Amino acid sequence: MPMHIGEKDFKKRVTKGLEDDFMRGAVRSAQGRLQDKRATAADELGDWEDWRTLGSEIRSHTIEHLDYYLHQLSEKVAELGGHVFFAETGEEANEYIQKVATEKEAKKIAKSKSMVTEEISMNEALEAIGCEVIETDLGEYILQIDDHDPPSHIVAPALHKNKEQIRDVFHEKLDYLKSEKPEELALFAREKLREEFLSADLGITGCNFAVAESGSFALVTNEGNARMVSALPKTQITVMGMERIVPGWEELDIVVSLLTRAAVGQKLTSYITALTGPKQLEEADGPEEFHLVIVDNGRSKILGTEFQEALHCIRCAACINVCPVYRHVGGHAYGSIYPGPIGAVLSPLLSDYDEYKELPYASSLCGACTEVCPVKIPLHEQLIMHRRKIVEDEKKSTLSERVVMRGFEQLVNSANLYRTATKMAPFLTTPFAKNQLITKGPGPLKHWTHARDFPQPANERFRDWFENRQKRGEKNA
Amino acid sequence: MKISFFVTCLGDMFYVNAGKAAVELLEHLGCEVDFPKAQTCCGQPAYNSGYHKETLEVAKHLVETFEDAEYVVGISGSCVYMIHEYVHLFEEGSEWQKRASKLKDKTYELTQFIVDVLDVEDVGASYEGVATYHTSCHMTRLLGVTEAPFRLLENVKGLQMIDLPNRHDCCGFGGTFSVKMSDISEQMVDEKVEHIEETKANLLLGADGSCLMNIGGRLSRNGSSVEVKHIAEILNSRGDL
Repeated sequence: MPMHIGEKDFKKRVTKGLEDDFMRGAVRSAQGRLQDKRATAADELGDWEDWRTLGSEIRSHTIEHLDYYLHQLSEKVAELGGHVFFAETGEEANEYIQKVATEKEAKKIAKSKSMVTEEISMNEALEAIGCEVIETDLGEYILQIDDHDPPSHIVAPALHKNKEQIRDVFHEKLDYLKSEKPEELALFAREKLREEFLSADLGITGCNFAVAESGSFALVTNEGNARMVSALPKTQITVMGMERIVPGWEELDIVVSLLTRAAVGQKLTSYITALTGPKQLEEADGPEEFHLVIVDNGRSKILGTEFQEALHCIRCAACINVCPVYRHVGGHAYGSIYPGPIGAVLSPLLSDYDEYKELPYASSLCGACTEVCPVKIPLHEQLIMHRRKIVEDEKKSTLSERVVMRGFEQLVNSANLYRTATKMAPFLTTPFAKNQLITKGPGPLKHWTHARDFPQPANERFRDWFENRQKRGEKNA
Repeated sequence: MKISFFVTCLGDMFYVNAGKAAVELLEHLGCEVDFPKAQTCCGQPAYNSGYHKETLEVAKHLVETFEDAEYVVGISGSCVYMIHEYVHLFEEGSEWQKRASKLKDKTYELTQFIVDVLDVEDVGASYEGVATYHTSCHMTRLLGVTEAPFRLLENVKGLQMIDLPNRHDCCGFGGTFSVKMSDISEQMVDEKVEHIEETKANLLLGADGSCLMNIGGRLSRNGSSVEVKHIAEILNSRGDL
């Protein structure tokens, strides 16, 4: 699957992440910064919970009526003279984009940040027909010149690299000679990219939100690169996941505020660009030709299921920024371009359980993700729903787990059996215990005792104490 | 006030002192405490692993065990939340759902019960020590009990409380997560232990046996001198200072 990144084996990816001290240091400090900024930006509003409710209602309404709003959007774009293509699969989307590039004889393509184009591997498809694709988002640019290192985060794709590593990449690939100061690195990239914008034949953008009522596309950036990509080349293609739409400008106002505050702790980003169709007669600039590619690629099969709320996601990455699992393993360990809690929910849906069966379990269900989600997606509950599906519908849980769970059910449903088992527990564990501690556990307990001691069950259980105390009549003493 | 005490399976088998302390504390505060003997586990291990059919049977057993109680008070935020969750397990509008809903309305976590129902913030406890408190995820985020433990601990004479840095972070327990994804879980508990050590506290407190078992297990393996106690044990200490 195109959205897959890295090693096939989940365990190997996790180990690689856990052993990468540079990455873990970079992720830890970025998470700390982003968490603080998000919390401050949310508190500033004073009524953040009301905003979240509003955001959740807007997303819920839009997704419930997705067919209506997509139709309205398409009509508007066509009225403005744009071309609309609805792609059921990633392949269909890529074929259409290739066709446009071929017709325009495009050699160089400037592109702003877009997760959906990563999802469908659009760059590779365009490179296959001889186009040169230039990423113009600074993070994406860094990754592209670093031999196409995959993104590890949906907002800050190069989050896993520290500034020294970025300096080294620039030095090695582009003969950069200055320091690791972010300002110097950014200025260097800016100069390089300016040349690319001016000479690109085709501009491709993603889409933060499409506005159905006017056929517009809002792009949220801090670098202004989306504006350059859409203003300079003569032909523009905008690629959007089919759920990334709002009914009108009023709703856009709210979801953009939620997005920028939740993602980077800003009231607004430096640039919020809204594009409406190709250049009109009275307009001075903008593309002469405009194409909209709406990508389904598995989204419509999520509609109407218990996972529909996953389509409410506005790609702010707040859940990723608070996730303790992500902090330790990093984005690449998820094996998907969508990492973190939302990635663990979405990836098995857009792909399948064979490819991403471990992701729903890569969570302690701490609920930090659910707590910060600006549109109230119950992320940890969705992970439990995945687990349920894996067990009950897919029947993909291991035999040993099924046996254990069956035993558990019988045990805790019988007061007598439970009492006997808990009474036996201290005796059964005695061979493994020393000073009431088990340091090398048998069976699945060995995973626990690899780094932790396990207490031996008490000889006198609570229930024994309570009963004895009652018998002795101490209770009323 | 009559209370049916929910000790939880970990409390019954491993944290006997926490259960004893909670019972004595509630009695000290004027409650009458009974212990429904048929109680077992809340079913969370099965629920979180996706075995919902099995959980449903466990839920029925616990509903039957506790539904005649005036109040149910448990010593784990996570297990108490699981009982609250039963409502969503049963079919909408079914008789079982109504019974689960009634049980939910009268089931409380210990500190929540003392502060919100008994309206007590000073339980008259005294304990000499420097402590930090681990806020467990399910109790704070899902059950919504954020302040009660701190209010109660602030009023314990002789006890100095130190804020735990990054206290919102999970300790890495997560039920089966701790064995299924043990390598990740270990890193999480290590980070928690680092923060606990930063506080220089000699006592770690919490209101969930599972988190305490996880953090305590790591502290013990490290040979740390930090003592681990359930909050009930401190709130039930009334020695002379």
